[in-house]
Amino acid sequence: MVKYLIRRFLLAVLTCIVISLLSFIIIQLPPGDYVTSYVMDLISAGQHITPEQEAALRALYGLDEPLWAQYLRWIAQVAVGNFGMSMEWRKPISEVIGERLLLTAVLSIAALLLSWVLALPIGIYSAVRKYSFGDYAATVIGFIGLAVPSFLSALVISYISFAYFGLNVGGLFSPEYANAPWSWARLWDLLCHLPLPTGILALASCGPIIRIMRANLLDELQKPYLVTALSKGMTPWRAIMKYPVRIALNPFISTIGHTLPYVVSGTIIVSLVLGLPTVGPVLYRALISQDMFVAGTVVLLLGVLTVIGTLLSDLLLAITDPRIRMT
Amino acid sequence: MLDIVSSRANSQAESVYCAGQWTLMWRRFLRHRLAVVGGVIVLLLYVISAGAGFFAYADPEAGSATRSLIPPQPIALFNDGRFEPHVLGLKRVRDPQTFQLVYTPDPENRIPVRIFGEGFQYRLFGLFPTNIHLIMATDEAGNNALNLAGTDVQGRDFFSRMVFATRVSMTIGLVGVTISLLLGVTLGAISGLYGDLVDETIQRIIDILNSIPTIPLWMGIAASVPPDWEPTQVYFAVTIIISLIGWTDLARVTRGRFLAMRTEDFVTAARLDGASEPRVIFKHMVPSFLSHIIAATTLAVPAMILSETALSFLGLGLRPPAISWGVLLQQSQNVQAIAMTPWLLLAAIPVIVAVLAFNFLGDGIRDAADPYSR
Repeated sequence: MVKYLIRRFLLAVLTCIVISLLSFIIIQLPPGDYVTSYVMDLISAGQHITPEQEAALRALYGLDEPLWAQYLRWIAQVAVGNFGMSMEWRKPISEVIGERLLLTAVLSIAALLLSWVLALPIGIYSAVRKYSFGDYAATVIGFIGLAVPSFLSALVISYISFAYFGLNVGGLFSPEYANAPWSWARLWDLLCHLPLPTGILALASCGPIIRIMRANLLDELQKPYLVTALSKGMTPWRAIMKYPVRIALNPFISTIGHTLPYVVSGTIIVSLVLGLPTVGPVLYRALISQDMFVAGTVVLLLGVLTVIGTLLSDLLLAITDPRIRMT
Repeated sequence: MLDIVSSRANSQAESVYCAGQWTLMWRRFLRHRLAVVGGVIVLLLYVISAGAGFFAYADPEAGSATRSLIPPQPIALFNDGRFEPHVLGLKRVRDPQTFQLVYTPDPENRIPVRIFGEGFQYRLFGLFPTNIHLIMATDEAGNNALNLAGTDVQGRDFFSRMVFATRVSMTIGLVGVTISLLLGVTLGAISGLYGDLVDETIQRIIDILNSIPTIPLWMGIAASVPPDWEPTQVYFAVTIIISLIGWTDLARVTRGRFLAMRTEDFVTAARLDGASEPRVIFKHMVPSFLSHIIAATTLAVPAMILSETALSFLGLGLRPPAISWGVLLQQSQNVQAIAMTPWLLLAAIPVIVAVLAFNFLGDGIRDAADPYSR
């Protein structure tokens, strides 16, 4: 078990390094750098700047160093929590994205949990009542979730609730709480706004879960041990929940690693459509206005948080599945 | 011998027994109804892509301010009980209360819808210059008068734009999956054949790629595509960005098959016969798992289509003048837009249909891929 955990931990660290490299590439990709845009600003303001002054500015910010040195300096700063300044917001990046990152995590985890809460019972029902009306209905819902892009279902659902129920579903807070400090009332307000975006995200990811659960359970339902349990007089409900369901559940904890990045991606897009105060809109605006350090930081932190989430799920798996502990 | 074969049941068993692997797969595939339907739809979508100019009836770029935001018009099939497909001409009037422009159909002005009518010039399959279209309806001035799916703000026919978008979106899926296939099969084969350190490295790369949320990453990379690039350059850039992640599943499938097959008797037999390594791979191993690769490839296409749609919808993927489903959906980015022009959301339907069709087709191929299993 210790060996397994060390292995997972090392892989997580490696993944974080790769993510930081990718984020740095994103920061470096657009032509020009901070000084270029600064000089452009000065020129458009009517000031003159000599090439020597420009070079001096570059040296000041360390932009004349080779890329690897710049990367190391950036990552050293990031490691102590200093992400730099946002050019567009004129604020430290940590201030711009701090709370938004938290809300992204809350929304993603809520969506993941909801998709399980919805999908697992449906999957179990579909397998036990194979080829029933409910089974077909579940399959249809699953396929719709699979085929309709989440931004589209967000648009349509918000339109329907706006046009027919008069609800405004944009945002995660009521206007009076949007910029208020945290309080119980604000938390309650957040909880009231969560269900709709969470539901949209869960719909998008529960399709595959339903299908996998159904397939896993169908395999298990044919096994002789279930027949034995039933012939010993166990009630079908108890027999199914106690043995096959537990076995069929196992792959799910190990697939959080795949589902979580997918949900986080969905959160970003859905946030853009619904105007939720997550990092999605910040990332989008940063990319449009070429505020690259903000964009790079968001990509980095999202990636790192996802990796941490995956690592936690591995721990969970090691605790629930004795077979993992052995290896 | 003769009387054995003459019995009908036996001849059927015989036909199963003698049928090759591909015949068995084909038979099994046909049993999967949804997969067959999916396959037909996919084929149809590619036919539409190839002959986009023929299926569209209006130039996708030609718009006029006087035909801005027309709601979808139906084709009326009968006129006084006679079969005479026509569409009603439109009158632009201002609503006296809201001062908004509204279009009202003019029952006096019937414009016939002709089959194989002449319209704008295009090249069929990119080769033959022609101006024949499947359906055509023009007013006296020779302008398009039919808008099956309405028009957009610039007055361009939305149906024709959707037809041309099909070409772009469907080929992005195809080109992207080809790149993924090359990457995935090569790396998967190396991983499965050589094992040990190489295998370990490639597997960890896949793990790492799979644990990164793709959309933020893609947004970051796609946003740095220079704004002055040609539409074709942007097209290939977006395709490559999407396929850089999509290869991992294909690599997994290929590796799994190679690992499972390395110890199979027929592979050992071929080796003992003195067959060279490339011959063992391409003559003996690849044909026996080709069908699995085809299934995995088919199942990888919908993800590509969805990714392109999402990126273009956000304005970070393809951009006008390129037309894709995602670019068309850009016009319905908020609730207000949907309330005003709900028909522009029609561009979502081909996305959903294509994704479902590819999924059903892929499922069917996967089930048929192993015709000897029960």
